[in-house]
Amino acid sequence: MVAFSLPRNSRVELGRRHEPAVQPKRPREFKVYRWSPEEGRNPRLDTYVVDLDDCGPMVLDALIKIKSEIDSTLTFRRSCREGICGSCAMNIDGHNTLACTKAIEDIKGAVAIYPLPHMKVVKDLVVDLEGFWAQYESIEPWLKTRSPAPAKERLQSPEERAKLDGLYECILCACCSTSCPSYWWNGDRYLGPAVLLQAYRWIADSRDEATGERLEALEDPFKLYRCHTILNCTNTCPKGLNPAKAIAEIKKLIVERRL
Amino acid sequence: MAGSDRPLSPHLQIYRWYFTMALSIAHRFSGVALAVGLLFLAWWLTALARGPEAFAPVEAFVRSGIGSLLLFGWTFALFYHLANGVRHLVWDLGFGLEKDQAFRSGVAALAAAAIATAVVWITVLAL
Repeated sequence: MVAFSLPRNSRVELGRRHEPAVQPKRPREFKVYRWSPEEGRNPRLDTYVVDLDDCGPMVLDALIKIKSEIDSTLTFRRSCREGICGSCAMNIDGHNTLACTKAIEDIKGAVAIYPLPHMKVVKDLVVDLEGFWAQYESIEPWLKTRSPAPAKERLQSPEERAKLDGLYECILCACCSTSCPSYWWNGDRYLGPAVLLQAYRWIADSRDEATGERLEALEDPFKLYRCHTILNCTNTCPKGLNPAKAIAEIKKLIVERRL
Repeated sequence: MAGSDRPLSPHLQIYRWYFTMALSIAHRFSGVALAVGLLFLAWWLTALARGPEAFAPVEAFVRSGIGSLLLFGWTFALFYHLANGVRHLVWDLGFGLEKDQAFRSGVAALAAAAIATAVVWITVLAL
């Protein structure tokens, strides 16, 4: 449902400022969203000062430095630190991206860091992705075949394989889905750009033999057609993919099937 | 279940607007404005059919400052909704969905709406 303002328990309050012990040579402020289930209080925005001369180049480097040197209670997900696991997806400087591939130098002034938008917060920058994974599961993201299995692998021409470029690279970081206003207002029923791109990844796969049933499952006013081509997904994708285009292709295929 | 009191993370409050995002909501707003404009159009047509006495207040409204401003707004809303609607049709055919293309077609839609509005009003004021 559309609710432009945050619920009372979600309004962000001014937090504390962690003053550095020694004045850094190249200080940069990081304003970070904090919420802990144990405190029983509203979320707040804490300020940390990091010396850029003594920190790696990426926002994730600064977060790790804050956690290990200033405030060990700061909670966030991270793993690969090279943009392939999708764990450190968050809202940095107003846009969703991966902290590990976002350079601090690309941001002017204080670096604002929030969890992925319009999601239930588990703690600090960690959001509950249960619904997102359930939606992913619902599109049955695996190869479905009816024909008998060949002696070797199911073959694909280079041209057929090329159709998966721009789709298979998706790391399911949820940056796109949580940047989408349609997903904000109808995320319980609209599948969102990430899951629809994944759905198209299997529809576009020449080896998959369930295209018809996949398209039928998607033909729904909410699951698919809440996409209004706002294009936040494509603008924000940290991997440079184009979920909006994938969704348009699904819509086209559904129409073409009718003709 | 645990977590029912979990806060909702900020969304509109913190998301930095993209140009295409602003144009998208402008499409919705212009559509709503045009729907309200239909009421005026209905008033205008029925008054026209009923004769000079009934039409006098419409005439007065149209010539008033607020009336002119509303008509100007509706003109722009109409042309913007039209131009952006064409943009949507092109997208539905699967074209123009790359980031730079969508940005440029957005600029074009705005420009087309501005030019068409200017042409209409220059024509009207010249009558």
